[in-house]
Order: sequence, then structure tokens, then C-alpha cells
Amino acid sequence: MKMLSFAGRCAKEILRDGINLAFGLGFPLVLLLLLSAIQANVPVSLFEIDTLTPGISVFGLSFMTLFSATLVAKDRESAFLQRLYTTPLRARDFIAGYILPLLPIALAQCLVCYLFAIPLGLTVRAEIFYAIIGIVPMALFNIALGLLCGSVLGVRQVGGVCGALLTNLSAWLSGVWFDLRLVGGLFEKIALALPFAHAVELEKALLQGDFASAAEHILPVLLYALFAAAAAVFCFLRQMKKQ
Amino acid sequence: MQAISTQGLVKRYDDICAVDGLDLDIHKGELFSLLGVNGAGKTTLIKMLSCLTKPTAGDALVGGFSITAEPEKVKGLIAVSPQETAVAPNLSVKENLELMCGIHGFSKEKTRGKLRALCGQFSLDAVLERKAGKLSGGWQRRLSIAMALIGEPEILFLDEPTLGLDVIARHELWDIIVSLKGRATIILTTHYMEEAEALSDRIGIMKNGRLLALGTARELMHRAGTENFEAAFVSIVREDMK
Repeated sequence: MKMLSFAGRCAKEILRDGINLAFGLGFPLVLLLLLSAIQANVPVSLFEIDTLTPGISVFGLSFMTLFSATLVAKDRESAFLQRLYTTPLRARDFIAGYILPLLPIALAQCLVCYLFAIPLGLTVRAEIFYAIIGIVPMALFNIALGLLCGSVLGVRQVGGVCGALLTNLSAWLSGVWFDLRLVGGLFEKIALALPFAHAVELEKALLQGDFASAAEHILPVLLYALFAAAAAVFCFLRQMKKQ
Repeated sequence: MQAISTQGLVKRYDDICAVDGLDLDIHKGELFSLLGVNGAGKTTLIKMLSCLTKPTAGDALVGGFSITAEPEKVKGLIAVSPQETAVAPNLSVKENLELMCGIHGFSKEKTRGKLRALCGQFSLDAVLERKAGKLSGGWQRRLSIAMALIGEPEILFLDEPTLGLDVIARHELWDIIVSLKGRATIILTTHYMEEAEALSDRIGIMKNGRLLALGTARELMHRAGTENFEAAFVSIVREDMK
């Protein structure tokens, strides 16, 4: 009950921010539209909707990091958290309260991406449902990363790290815009050592109903999600004690 | 009966001693002001007493419970209205109050009753549906104090409650603070002399983490041999510099 009150407040703070909605939802949809338009006008297979939609869905999750990091950093800087630390809320209530409301928002964002892709040529099929559910581990990774960043960075720093750096990392190292094998070498190795490309491949595999390939890619994403969640809990508790 | 009793309370940050061996008793039900220049240690003291930060040495009993050994019990008795307004900006005034009711585990019926009572006391009806972040500084402070009162605290910490407010808003908030007297022990930090003089039962003057003087405004003026409270404060602080 106490945690749910706090979680409800976090959801309202995020959803009532117009800029949040414009970037979190609008930007991935604009990308989907523009890249589909490019694909329609080039003779080679660059941005096929079946591969583009999973990529854009994963890319859109980087905004979840920005949302959660900004909210936590603002709460710290405005002393809102300081006020709540003197109430009956416990550390677990804060952590769950920040993470839980963002999971349905991430799922809704993913659902909107897939629905938007249907008039652009995506075939309606049951696998879309699996792909939407399959976004959860990567969403958890992004949300936890936001909690971590919000616990150690200020609001302005969060904008730089999560708003610029992470969205670029997520874009370039995920293989959304180009096949990583085209670059190869160290770039490909780094990309495959991070979760972004695996999350995109997981989504692609689920959309194709290729569960063997999905199983191969879900493991690194899950490991990163668990590691990010553990690091986020550690950093949040540390800043709580530093109050 | 003491609401708060500190025993050799110390807080050090690296080589800076923010609170230096403080022994202080605050009586139950009184409005006690902590007065001091910037960096005197007022906010650090409040943070320790409200269990937001641990003392480097010493201890304090808040409502009879130790801040080092029983912080959860202490938190059950207190509420803090921080120096910053600390409201949820995208939530309406009503939603902010409901949030605090939810966090304290109140039923829907109790929440409705609380809202009615606080709206009456703080005249919040006119702004109830407005987003907290869009309110003026004075209204945000009112809301901040109302939020702190939701848990029915025995001890209320008000950290610089009128900082940055215009004179009208400040006097309106003073009326609200005076109306709270008797309902809870109030510990207020400020560097406005007239605020401390007008509101307080007793005043503690802090400097460099130490308590320089303690008493009613009249007692402090008598001690300093001055006719007004500001002159008494300056005299006591300067006396320590000699």
C-alpha cells in the first residue's frame, strides 16, 4: 500500500511531463516513419519493417533510463526524498516504487511501436505479443540503469549521460542502423559484449518465432539486467545513507 | 519532560566539524528556534535529529528513543519540512496530500478527513486542484508544512520555513506556525531574528557547530545588555569571536 502510493506518484510525475511523452513515444515513432519512408525509396534492403521495429523498440527503451534517472535526481536535489526518508517508507519501497511504474510504461511504448508499424507493413501475427513481452529484461536493464545514474548524478549530468551518451550508445551499438558485421573488428566485439545488440536480436528472433535464437540472446540481456539492478540498489542505498 | 535531549552530539565531515559536542534539551510542546549564521550547524543538527544522517559521536534521545540505536522508532514520532519546499511538482496539491496519507497507510476515510482538516487549517481549498510546481513560494511552503503534519508528528522540524518569502507570505506562515503550537514540539531553524523572536518559546544561538547561548528572547537580550533582539544576537556572536 505504502509502496504503491509512492509508485503511483512516480508514474504521474513521468506521464504528466509533456517533454517526456514527446521524446519517449514521439521520437521512436518518427524514426520508424522516416526510416520506413527511406526504405520505400531505395532498391536495397536497408530498413525492412520486420527488422526495424524490434530495433526501434529497443532504442526507445533508452528513454526509460532518462525518465527514471531524471526523476530520482530531481527528487534528491529538491529534498523530496529527504522528506520521504523520515516517513514509514523503507528502502525496498523506494526502489520498487521507482522501478515498477516504468515497466508498464516501457511495455506500452513497445506496444505502440508495433501497432504503429502495422500500417507501415508489419504483418499482424501472434509473435508480436512475444516480442512485446520479450522487451521486459531490456526494459529492466534500462530502468535500473536510470535508478543508478539518478542516485549518483545531478539533474544536469543525467541529461548528458542518459540523454545524450546512452541514447547514442544504444543507437550505434545495437545494430539498428547497420549490420554490425559490416564494421566488424573491435567495434563488433564491443557491441556484442554489451546488451543492446543482443536485445535487438532477441526481439527480432521473437518476432520471427525463432525461439532457439531468442534463447541464445536472452541470457546476456538478463545478466546485464540483473547486474544493473544490483548496482542500482547498491548506489541508491549508498546515497540514502549519505543523507 | 524533554522532547529532545542531545548528549555530546558531534558531526564531522572530513576536517570540518559541523556540530561540535552539543548538549541541548528541548521541552515537550515548546517552539524552539535554532538561530545562527550560515554554516552554524543548524541544518546538520536537524538532519541528525531526524535520523537523516548519523552522528560521528554522541547521541540524542528524541521522544525517548535513541537516534543511533532506534532510528525507526524516532521516525515514527517526527516529521520534517526541509529547507527546500520538497513537494511533488507535477502532482496537484490534493494529490500531494493524498500521497503522504498513502505513505502513512491511512484508509480512504481517514485520508478524506485529513484533507478536510488540513485544507481548513492551511486555507488550501483555493489551490487544491493546482499543480504544486506551479504554486508561489508561499503556497508551496504551506503545502510543505501541511504534508509534514499528515503523520500527526509529536515533533516537527521546520528548516528555514520562510526562506525567500515576501513579507506578507512570511507573516501568513508565521500565523500558521503559531497555530501549531501545543499540537507538537516544533524545532525551527532560521536566520531571521524577528522570526525567532516572534515565534519562539526559547532560542538557541549556534555558531561553528556549538551552542553559544540559550534562553528566551528576553533572557538573551538581558544577557547581551541590549534593547533589541538583533543587537543581542550580534553581540553574542561577536563576543565569541574575541
